[in-house]
Amino acid sequence: MSELRLMKGNEAIAEAAIRCGADGYFGYPITPQSEVMETLMALKPWETTGMVVLQAESEVAAINMLYGGAGCGKRVMTSSSSPGISLMQEGISYLAGAELPCLVVNVVRGGPGLGTIQPSQSDYFQSVKGGGHGDYKLIVLAPSSVQEMADFVELAFDLAFKYRNPAMILADGMIGQMMEKVELKPQKKRWTNEEIEKMHPWATTGKKNSRERNIITSVELDSEKHEQANIRIQKKYKELQEKEVRYEAIDTEDAEYLLVAYGSSARISLAAKELLRKKGHKVGLLRPITLFPFPTKQIRELAEGLKGILSVEMSAGQMVEDVRLAVEGKIKVEHFGRMGGVVPTPEEVADALEQKLIGGQ
Amino acid sequence: MAEVINDIKRSENLVYAKTKVLTDNVMHYCPGCSHGVVHKVLAEVIDEMGIQEVTLGVAPVGCAVLIYNYIDIDWQEAAHGRAPALATAMKRLRPDRYVFTYQGDGDLAAIGTAETIHACNRGENIVIIFINNGIYGMTGGQMAPTTLEGMKTATCPYGREPSHDGNPLKITELLAQLPGTAYVTRQSVHTAAAVRKTKKAIRKAFEKQKENKGTSVVEIVSTCNSGWKLTPVEANKWMEENMFPFYPLGDMKDE
Repeated sequence: MSELRLMKGNEAIAEAAIRCGADGYFGYPITPQSEVMETLMALKPWETTGMVVLQAESEVAAINMLYGGAGCGKRVMTSSSSPGISLMQEGISYLAGAELPCLVVNVVRGGPGLGTIQPSQSDYFQSVKGGGHGDYKLIVLAPSSVQEMADFVELAFDLAFKYRNPAMILADGMIGQMMEKVELKPQKKRWTNEEIEKMHPWATTGKKNSRERNIITSVELDSEKHEQANIRIQKKYKELQEKEVRYEAIDTEDAEYLLVAYGSSARISLAAKELLRKKGHKVGLLRPITLFPFPTKQIRELAEGLKGILSVEMSAGQMVEDVRLAVEGKIKVEHFGRMGGVVPTPEEVADALEQKLIGGQ
Repeated sequence: MAEVINDIKRSENLVYAKTKVLTDNVMHYCPGCSHGVVHKVLAEVIDEMGIQEVTLGVAPVGCAVLIYNYIDIDWQEAAHGRAPALATAMKRLRPDRYVFTYQGDGDLAAIGTAETIHACNRGENIVIIFINNGIYGMTGGQMAPTTLEGMKTATCPYGREPSHDGNPLKITELLAQLPGTAYVTRQSVHTAAAVRKTKKAIRKAFEKQKENKGTSVVEIVSTCNSGWKLTPVEANKWMEENMFPFYPLGDMKDE
């Protein structure tokens, strides 16, 4: 049965994980996302669905536990916040290299360094451009509501397994901490070991006499073969770019100006759009839901009828680079953002658009 | 001559054969290296216990990175030092499988110290096979956490000086102190008798896992004659004279 609840974004992640039939969670406490593991530990899913929940000794250990679990064909996940995600980058690179599916939730806080525990979006580059070593990408989903925090858990697992690639939910401290109404889906069954063997013949499930041994690895010392492995991975990213772009477009039909924003910034930008419309400006909003693959084509097409775009992010300006790449210099693209955990108001965003694009009326 | 050999090669005359769990791939290890012997006895234990189809191995970073080419089971290749973290999740998610790691001294006792200690402290029901040759073999003979005082390596070319380089780490003694470990032993493979003992120890470690006893650690003091710049025979002698006094052989814990 579906169920309506009022809950925090972080709690919704935990509830949704159990309900979609996840097999394991491995994590390490860090603000502002500790409620994910706290909720799981309180719910004790190992007594109901059989889901394993373990507090690891570090983020480094946690991400490598994901590698071990994913290698067995299990649906495993972790959650952390910016400094913890930095620690996981080595492991994420290995997961991508070994083509292992898993879910990493990043409830972003302000950096650099220990930074602040307040919300930020300054991990965009780290999330969509790789983050660890080597040529790889993550499938990155950006929720802008507690409902999407819940819904994207299963979506992330589905995409991760479809493409055998790690997926990330890139949230921020605001989405993680705020409470909203959520519709939780009914409980699904976890995959059985027999189902895993059939669905994921690559997984290390125990070498049957009837097959060759399975090896989960990212090492290939022959450079020609290793290039082929890289080409195979790049093909997946191309396919993702073609098939899996998700976005929301609001009031873009008649728009002369466009706000591009994801996550919390999209919520604020939606209110800013209303303010600007009331003042008579034709403003629309494009909210990327997938940050990789990025809605490059959609923004390019929209740009044809626009006078300018404002990219709104709680960062010094990271996604704005991808927006600029999308419009190929045809129109003006500006950035507005606050840093260090400061959340902008809709008025600030509206003012920024007027000043930077319309001309400061 | 061939006829004579074929006549001798009859099954009733067979006293020894390579286990089928060991593949026919030619090993990349240097002549005299201990890895090959340890691989063999490990494969024999898996064969004799009849657990080839239900055993998952975790390979390290180091000379044994390609162990999956030699032992015919399902494998996962870990990042440097992280094998016990992988094994933790693998065993918890597949408690019906035997799970073991195979790690060198740099992997287990330097970069992976946290993962090793915490897996052992949680009493993860896994086997850890630990090759201690006091040197980083694959990267070309640099100082390891277990390099002896005075021992020369590429990164302590005048000999390990504790006041500058720190002390050799007896990690296995440390692991034996943890409540999560069930069986902790130190063996070697430099003589036929030692090989038999090591095989028995590995077998016992897997039996402990079968009985859900917790973590078993089998350290094998090993030679790296290329890294030590000695012949295989000299390396065995050097190990007996220098390694064994600091890393004494025998069981440390058996519960």
